Amino acid sequence: MAATPHHATETKSTAGIGDSSAPLWVNDLTVAYHRKPVLWDIELNLPEGRLIAVVGPNGAGKSTFIKSVLGLVPRASGAVTIYGKSYKAQRHLVGYVPQRESVDWDFPVNALEVVAMGLYRKIGWLRPVGKRDRQIALEALDKVGMANFADRQISQLSGGQQQRVFLARALAQDARLYFMDEPFAGVDVATERAIIALLKELKAAGKTCVVVHHDLQTVPTYFDHVVLLNMRLVAAGPVETVFNEENLKKTYGGRLTLLSQALDEYAKGPRFPTDKG
Amino acid sequence: MNNRRPTTLKMASILLVAMLLMVAGSMAAIAGTGHTESADDFSTELLRVFTFQDYNTRVVVVGTTLLGLAAGLIGTFLVLRKRALLSDTLSHATLPGIALAFIVMTLTTGDGKQLPALIAGAAVFSVIGTLSVLAIQRFSRLKDDAALGIVLSVYFGLGIALMGMATRMDAGNAAGLSSFIYGKTASMLFSDALLIAVTALVAAVASILFFKEFSLVCFDADYGNTQGWPVGLLDFLMMALVVLVTVIGLQAVGLILVVALLIIPAASARFWTFRLRTMLWLSGVFGALSGFFGSGVSALMANLPAGAVIVLTASLFFIVSLVFGSARGLVRISIDRMQLRRKIMNENLLRDLHEWMETASDGNAVGPEIRQLLSRRAWSPSALRRTVKRLRRQQMLHHGPSMSLRLTDVGTQSAREVVRRHRLWETYLITHADVAPGMVDLSADRIEHVLDPLLIDQLEATLADQTGGELPRSPHELVAEKGVP
Repeated sequence: MAATPHHATETKSTAGIGDSSAPLWVNDLTVAYHRKPVLWDIELNLPEGRLIAVVGPNGAGKSTFIKSVLGLVPRASGAVTIYGKSYKAQRHLVGYVPQRESVDWDFPVNALEVVAMGLYRKIGWLRPVGKRDRQIALEALDKVGMANFADRQISQLSGGQQQRVFLARALAQDARLYFMDEPFAGVDVATERAIIALLKELKAAGKTCVVVHHDLQTVPTYFDHVVLLNMRLVAAGPVETVFNEENLKKTYGGRLTLLSQALDEYAKGPRFPTDKG
Repeated sequence: MNNRRPTTLKMASILLVAMLLMVAGSMAAIAGTGHTESADDFSTELLRVFTFQDYNTRVVVVGTTLLGLAAGLIGTFLVLRKRALLSDTLSHATLPGIALAFIVMTLTTGDGKQLPALIAGAAVFSVIGTLSVLAIQRFSRLKDDAALGIVLSVYFGLGIALMGMATRMDAGNAAGLSSFIYGKTASMLFSDALLIAVTALVAAVASILFFKEFSLVCFDADYGNTQGWPVGLLDFLMMALVVLVTVIGLQAVGLILVVALLIIPAASARFWTFRLRTMLWLSGVFGALSGFFGSGVSALMANLPAGAVIVLTASLFFIVSLVFGSARGLVRISIDRMQLRRKIMNENLLRDLHEWMETASDGNAVGPEIRQLLSRRAWSPSALRRTVKRLRRQQMLHHGPSMSLRLTDVGTQSAREVVRRHRLWETYLITHADVAPGMVDLSADRIEHVLDPLLIDQLEATLADQTGGELPRSPHELVAEKGVP
């Protein structure tokens, strides 16, 4: 893992590329859906103990980025390590909060049972959820201000409350590194406040949070590190150095429309002989 | 939801008993018209079938009951995993397997009808059918429904063609092969029933052992994946159990109808509960009862095919659940809606009376008459009169002099509560949501009736500095005669 500088990454010198202790190290990551690349050559290194926002326009591949790191989406190329090892070896250190829309909230379970799912791995095969596990799940619900809703059917919760249940499920796991996919999307004010308080608490406890975020205005107040993404990595680093107009223009401006048009054409066109689909 | 659970169970058990009586009654009715035997003969026949006196009937009824149990249990996960149609496809895909197995066995041994071989052929082809669906999904951009439809019809067509070839073979005795399509319980042997019993045991044990894992995969497979659960393997295990139940059930219910036994009991159970565990066993019970009564009725009447009767019994359970289900049945929903409507009317009247007392020019000596209240909001005279009657029955109000309405002490107490909630909400809308004071009465009116007690506490805490005393003042002018615009 030689330290090769990359034009797009402005990470802190204390966490250079190839740093084996970094919470997340990504090298040359490319992901494609139906032959159309969604992420190209991502090189990234994230520091420990920070609140990190991943921002970019719609379709920039923010969720795909997280999913490919977690192995939910196959990688066309590239390598990812978490604290220096593969995700498979480190998944006990990682908590994942998927997008709220990714599941059917009409499922016949209550809030506590969903949170307890974060403990299933610890409980292990075939053994039922015990009293102690329920207690841990309840404490996690309490941390997001939802202890009163433990018995509530998930279909009867508001969108924000459902989001908090998902957060509690990741908290119950007691991870070191959290990936959250749009936790602020479409939530009420109370939930937004609860999430911010939670993020601060996690940071104080030395945890690292990688949060897909869509509201540019709140990035400087909520986060201290930012990753700007639009199919390619535009910039990554501390908010005060990276989150500037020039980089935002690069991320949201029209510069990449030609690229994405070309990729569309490529995806529609006939297959090259060497293409693996 | 918690406080509702005991009544839910009670209601469920009452309705179950009612359903049993209905099924028994309808059976008696069908039999009464279909047969010319006297009532005595019929009741002895009924007794003979349902007390298992006849050996053949005993085998068939026990076999189909256990089949229903197994299908109901594993069907719960199938439905929750949203794979109901996949099971339909794979059951149709078994047909070429059966026909091929028959042809091969005839050519090699001379006797085509060997159940283990036929079942093995069915199982192999149901897996091939499933893999075909996965392949189409993966290598084309066709949507799921198209992929399922293609595989279902192609394999079924292939099966019918092979069946045609099989029946034309000289050796092998293909008669009765078609019972795999439509089902025929009468031919069930003790060994078949034993096979079904073992399958049911496997399905039940697996549903209990893997309850946690299956429910995780059904609810959020991606999350399960990130946690390191072998989701593919668990999915495979679930589908393998579905295949097992399908091929074992082929002979009894037939491949067209076996899917109903997997889906309908689970779908019915969903109307009774919000809990997965309850849904699971309820679905098993529904499946078992469908098998029990279906095969029983079919044993009573030789010309009614068991598969059809079993499925019809299951759908009877479904219709009853759809209408009377205690968790989300139609009756339950409309009762809830009616109760809410009554609550709103009661609260509106209480608040109107309270505000009248507050604003009436001649002190609170005389309350309003019904006709004066009518102009305050858009309610019909009959609805208002019914509400007045209801509140009188609850001792909330009484008639004062000259037909005027007055709140009792109890009524005043509840009215204050209602008014407090209304004004808290109004104040909140004005101060926090920028709603114009003139509009706030109506906006608050829509929401205040469904406010959670917890939310009201929060409201109160938020507005503590604005409202002060126990009963906040109305944030807008009150007019006794006009009421809500």
